[in-house]
Amino acid sequence: MAEKSVFDVVVVGGGPGGYVAAIRAAQLGLSACVVEKEHLGGICLNWGCIPTKALLRAAEFRHNLDHLSEFGIEVTGDISVNLEKVVARSRNVAGRLSGGVAHLLKKNKVVVIDGTAKLGSRTAAGWQVAITGKTNSQITGKHVILATGARARQIPGLEADGEQIVTYREAMVPKSMPKSLIVVGSGAIGIEFASFYRDMGVEVTVIEAMDRILTAEDEEISALAHKAFEKRGMRILTSAKLQALDKAKGQVTATIETDGKTQTLTAERVIMAIGIVGNSEGLGLEQTKVKLDRGHIVTDGYGATAEPGLYAIGDVTGAPWLAHKASHEGIICVEKIAGRKDVHPIADNTVPGCTYCRPQIASVGLSEAKAKAAGYEIRVGRFPFLGNGKAIAMGDDEGMIKTIFCKKTGALLGAHLIGPEVTEMIQGYAIARTLETTEAELMHTIFPHPTLSEAMHESVLDAYDRAIHF
Amino acid sequence: MAAKILMPALSPTMTDGTLARWLVAEGDEVRSGDVIAEIETDKATMEVEAIDEGVVGQLLVPEGTQNVAVNAVIAILLEEGEALADVDVSDASASAPAETPASAETAAPETAAAPQEAAPAAIAPAAAPVAEIATPSPAAAQAQARLFASPLAKRIAAQNQISLSGLHGTGPHGRIIKADVDAAIAAGGAAASQSPASAVSAALPAASGGSELVPHSAMRRTIAERLQLSKQQAPHFYLTVDCHIDTLLENRKQLNAQAGDDVKISVNDMIIRAAAMAMRTVPKVNGYFEADGCRYFEDVDISMAVALDGGLVTPVIRSADKLGLAALSQTTKDLAKRARDGALSPEEYTGGGFTISNLGMFGIREFAAVINPPQSAILAVGAGEQRAVVKDGELAVATVMSVTLSADHRIVDGALGAQWLQAFKGFVENPVTMLL
Repeated sequence: MAEKSVFDVVVVGGGPGGYVAAIRAAQLGLSACVVEKEHLGGICLNWGCIPTKALLRAAEFRHNLDHLSEFGIEVTGDISVNLEKVVARSRNVAGRLSGGVAHLLKKNKVVVIDGTAKLGSRTAAGWQVAITGKTNSQITGKHVILATGARARQIPGLEADGEQIVTYREAMVPKSMPKSLIVVGSGAIGIEFASFYRDMGVEVTVIEAMDRILTAEDEEISALAHKAFEKRGMRILTSAKLQALDKAKGQVTATIETDGKTQTLTAERVIMAIGIVGNSEGLGLEQTKVKLDRGHIVTDGYGATAEPGLYAIGDVTGAPWLAHKASHEGIICVEKIAGRKDVHPIADNTVPGCTYCRPQIASVGLSEAKAKAAGYEIRVGRFPFLGNGKAIAMGDDEGMIKTIFCKKTGALLGAHLIGPEVTEMIQGYAIARTLETTEAELMHTIFPHPTLSEAMHESVLDAYDRAIHF
Repeated sequence: MAAKILMPALSPTMTDGTLARWLVAEGDEVRSGDVIAEIETDKATMEVEAIDEGVVGQLLVPEGTQNVAVNAVIAILLEEGEALADVDVSDASASAPAETPASAETAAPETAAAPQEAAPAAIAPAAAPVAEIATPSPAAAQAQARLFASPLAKRIAAQNQISLSGLHGTGPHGRIIKADVDAAIAAGGAAASQSPASAVSAALPAASGGSELVPHSAMRRTIAERLQLSKQQAPHFYLTVDCHIDTLLENRKQLNAQAGDDVKISVNDMIIRAAAMAMRTVPKVNGYFEADGCRYFEDVDISMAVALDGGLVTPVIRSADKLGLAALSQTTKDLAKRARDGALSPEEYTGGGFTISNLGMFGIREFAAVINPPQSAILAVGAGEQRAVVKDGELAVATVMSVTLSADHRIVDGALGAQWLQAFKGFVENPVTMLL
C-alpha cells in the first residue's frame, strides 16, 4: 500500500503544540500528519510538565508525613524514600500519556511519521519536506507548521555534563539524592526542582541573577515566595551572577559575584535552569525568508512566518514557554489555515502561568508594576489564606490572592495567587478575563463555602474595600 | 450542522409575505449580521439578517415569491466543510411554499385588490424588532433581538457614550467585546485627527477641543438611507401657502370647552383632520409612484413625524379621514407617547400615504420637508403667529400659519399639489366644513 505523501497540514513536532494542531486540523477536515523524532507529547509530556508533577506529588507526600502528628496521626518506624520507585512512577505517568497521544492521533486519522523533518523547496503543490529516520521519505505539505519546541539554554564555559552539572532532563531522573544542590535560575523550572529536592531533604541553594526570584510574577508574590522558601530551609541568593563552575570529585564549586563581591559555594550537584532556546536549527530554514530572533522563529499572531504556507507555534517562537500557550497557538494557526472567520490571535497577557512548587504560584494578566507602567489607575485587592476556613482546616493557610482592577472600567487587569491549590483556581480568573467581566460580576458570583476559592471572591471584594473576612 | 433559514415573522400578526429579493447567492459566504434577503408584507419591507455564519448552500424560495408562509424554510446555510448533499433538504423543500413566480399571476388580481401591497417600511425606530429574525418562533426571535456584549464592553461604551447597537461584535457568536468598543472610540479619535485635506475636518473649528464620533444607531442608518433615497429618486417641488387660523383656534377652544375633561384637541389634530379631508377631496395625492404605475390608496393613512432622542419615527394614523376629532386626538396622543417610549410595533410605523411634519412648536415660520419614501408628499407645518395682513384694503392682525407641501413630481404635478393645498387651506380656514 502506497503511503500518503501529500498533506494539507504537515506538523513538525509532536508536543502539546504540534499534536493539538494536527488533531484540530483533522477536525476541520484537513489531512494532517505529525513528524516526531522522539516521543509523542514532546517535552511537556515526557520531560517537562507531567513527569515533574509526578515527582512533586511524591515530594508533597514526603512533606506531609512530617506533619501528620499535627493532625493527630502518629506514624511509628522509619520513613524512607525509594528514589528509584519515585522516578519510575514519574516515567510510567509520562509513558501512559504519550501512549494516549498516539491513540488520539490515530482516532483522528492523523498520520504519525517517525523521523526528523527538513524543509526543502516550495513548489506549486506545497512545501517539500524530507524525512530522515528509520525509513527516509519525502512528503509534501500545503501548509507546514513548525512546532519543534525548545531546549535548555547553555552558557559557554558553564555547560552541563549530565552528571554533576545537569539540566531539567537529568534532574528529572536522579539515580541518587545529592546531599546538597545548587539551582541556577529561579524561573518556574528552577523553582520547581528546588522545591522538589528540598522536600526530599536536600540542602538547596537557588542563585538568581535578577534582584528577585520568579521575575515573571508580581513583585509581592515573588517576595512572599522568597520568604516561604527560606522558611523551608532553602537558601536563596538574588542579584547573584554565576562566574564559574569548577568540578572536583564529588563536588562542584560555584563562583558567584554579588554586588561586586565574589564568593564560592560548593554542592554535590548543580541544576542549570537559565532559560531555554528554540529548536530552530536543522530545519532547513536557512534557505527561506523566515526570520529568527535569538533562535526563536518570528511569526505573526496566527503563527505565520515570512514564508507563505510556513508557520511556527509554541516554544520555538519564544516566551512564554508554556504548553497551554503552544496548544492554543496550534489551534489558532490551523483555524486560520482552514479559513475560519472567528479566529483571533492570543490577546496580550491572557496566558496564565503556573509554578507547581510548594506553596503553589499562579497568575494571569498584568502585575501591579506592569499595570501601573501601562498607565492604569488601579485598585488592588488582597486576601490571605489565613482568613479562609478551608485553608485553615487543611492545615495549609500560607499565601494570598491578589487582584488588580482598572479603577476606571473595573476590568480585571491581573490576578496573582500563591498558596494551596492556586494552580487549579487561576482558571476562574482566566475565564473572567476572557468573558470580560468587571468587578461587579465577580462580586455577584456565589463562591461555594467552604472552599479555597472563597479567597478569590474576598480578594475582589477587598479591591473595593468590601472584604468580609479580613 | 447546516442551518435552515426560515421565513421570519415581521410582526406578530404576519402569516405570510413576499420574498422580495435575495441579497446573497448560493455559494456566498455570510457572516452573522449580514443582510441576506428582503421580505415584504402588505405593510413593510424588512431586511433579514443571517444569525449564523456559513456558506449559502441553497436558496429554496425564488425571488419575488409571494405568500411565503412564516417559518417556511427559505434557504440552507452550510457550515464550512459541509456539503449540501449532507443536508436533508427534502424535508426543507416540503415546507417551502407552493407558490413561485410562475404562479404569481394567478395571485395577482387578489393582491392588486389589497391597496397597500408594496408599501415599504417607513422610518423605523431603533427599538424595532427589525432584521435578525431568521428563527422559528416569536420567542426565539425575541431572544435574537438581545444584544450580546461583554460586561466590560458595556461599561466602557456607557462611559464613552457609545451606542452598542451600532457596533459590530467580533467576539464569539458576534458578541461585542472590549476591543470592538475600543475600536469605535479609536475611530472617533482618528476622525478628529484627520488631515485638513478632508472636507469634514476642514469644516471643524481648528484645534479648539476634539470631536467625538458617535457610531450610527440602527435608526440613524435608516433615516440616512431612506431620506437620501428620497432626495435622489423623488424630484421634489415645493408649494407654500398661508392659512388664517383664527377661526380654527376659536373653534378649537369651543370644542375643548364643551368636550369632556379627557378630550383635549390640539391644533395639530385639526391639521391632520384637514389634511385627511383634503386627501378625500384630491385623492390623486394619496398614492405611491411605482415602477409599473401609480398606486392610489382607498384609505387615508397619515403618518406623523415624532421627534425622538437621536432621530424620529413616523407612526401612522390609519383611516384618519374616518376618525372624529376626539378619536383622532386620542390616537395621535397614544401613538406619540408610545413612539417616544419605543413601544411601537412595526405595523404601526410602516405604510402610510402621506406625512405631516410640524415644527410650529419651535417657532419655525416655514420649512420644506423631505418626502418620506415611497409616499408622494409631505406637509411641513410652521408656527401659527400673529402677522400684519391686508384685509379689504386695510391692515389687520391675523393668526397665520404657513404650510409647505413637498411633493414628488413623478406622481403629483404642480397643479395637483396646488389643488390639494387649496383644499387643505379651505378646511383649515373654515373648520366647520371639515366637521362633516
